[in-house]
Amino acid sequence: MHELSIAISLIESAEEEAARHHATGVRAVHLRLGPLAGVEKDALLFSYELAAEGTSLQGSRLVIEDAPVAVFCPVCRERRPVRSLQSFCCATCDTPATEVVQGRELEVIALEIDS
Amino acid sequence: MSEPRLVEVRRNVLRQNDVLARELRERFRAAGVYTVSLVSSPGSGKTAFLEKTLSRMGQRHRVAALVGDLATENDAARLRRSLAPVAQITTGTVCHLDASMVRGALEGWRLDELDFLFIENVGNLVCPSSYDLGEELRLVLLSVTEGEDKPLKYPTIFHTADVAVITKIDLAAAVEFDWDAALANIQAVRPQMPVLRVSAKTGEGMDEWQGFLEARAPVSSAPSGGAVKP
Repeated sequence: MHELSIAISLIESAEEEAARHHATGVRAVHLRLGPLAGVEKDALLFSYELAAEGTSLQGSRLVIEDAPVAVFCPVCRERRPVRSLQSFCCATCDTPATEVVQGRELEVIALEIDS
Repeated sequence: MSEPRLVEVRRNVLRQNDVLARELRERFRAAGVYTVSLVSSPGSGKTAFLEKTLSRMGQRHRVAALVGDLATENDAARLRRSLAPVAQITTGTVCHLDASMVRGALEGWRLDELDFLFIENVGNLVCPSSYDLGEELRLVLLSVTEGEDKPLKYPTIFHTADVAVITKIDLAAAVEFDWDAALANIQAVRPQMPVLRVSAKTGEGMDEWQGFLEARAPVSSAPSGGAVKP
């Protein structure tokens, strides 16, 4: 399990961003997470609390927004979802998908701050 | 108490690792060293495959390896039998390598004296997938003894890897390995992924692997002046 390492990086990122916005406190961190980021959502939520302890983000919430896998389908010539991670093909026409356009995200997208 | 305000940011959580990895990649390219990392579950034969790779490729190229492990130096000791320079990265409880560990392990190394650098990750099919190490090529190894459905269980690691290597193929018949299912599963999770088949024990497939690597690495077509050649 590497979610604790990820959570620590997440806290550090959020602290830096909060400082850039002259925040006096952080109430919530919004994260976009794709299934190809290799991070387990529940484990990350659990680790977040631990990692936040003793930092300026202690007591803040982690809000995770899913970024489902999307690919560019060369046959449909459209952005499409895939059938599943185990069947990585266009959900519309079943063409095997190689061009991932979404799903690797592991990024902070917003902070709820006091200032 | 005032209302909180929502500020938009856009920041990769692993930005620090990504920046370090990018710097490493630039250093590798500038030095002309082609860097390959290996990920797999524990016991898939990474170290045996790498040992064979180092001793075979070491006859024509300047090769070296970094090897990550939780606790012991055993793998490094095995790899040193190949006579290639080897550094161990002992990660303690950390289940993956990251770019800063690679950078630390390379301190004092003359990268321009190398043609190929191999980085063996900690045996784990989950955690290494999140961390870019600055490598040019990432291999995911899977042994015939693990069963054909590994790709279906760990699709993410197959997505971060460039090539799948099926190891211990000398045991395929003994374990009734279903080649069709295995290859179909790899293609199902990662369409068009190249697949190599090797046995470190018998040497089968090792020539193809070496050829595959030499064709991809810039050094093979234009060997640098100091290359060790017979």
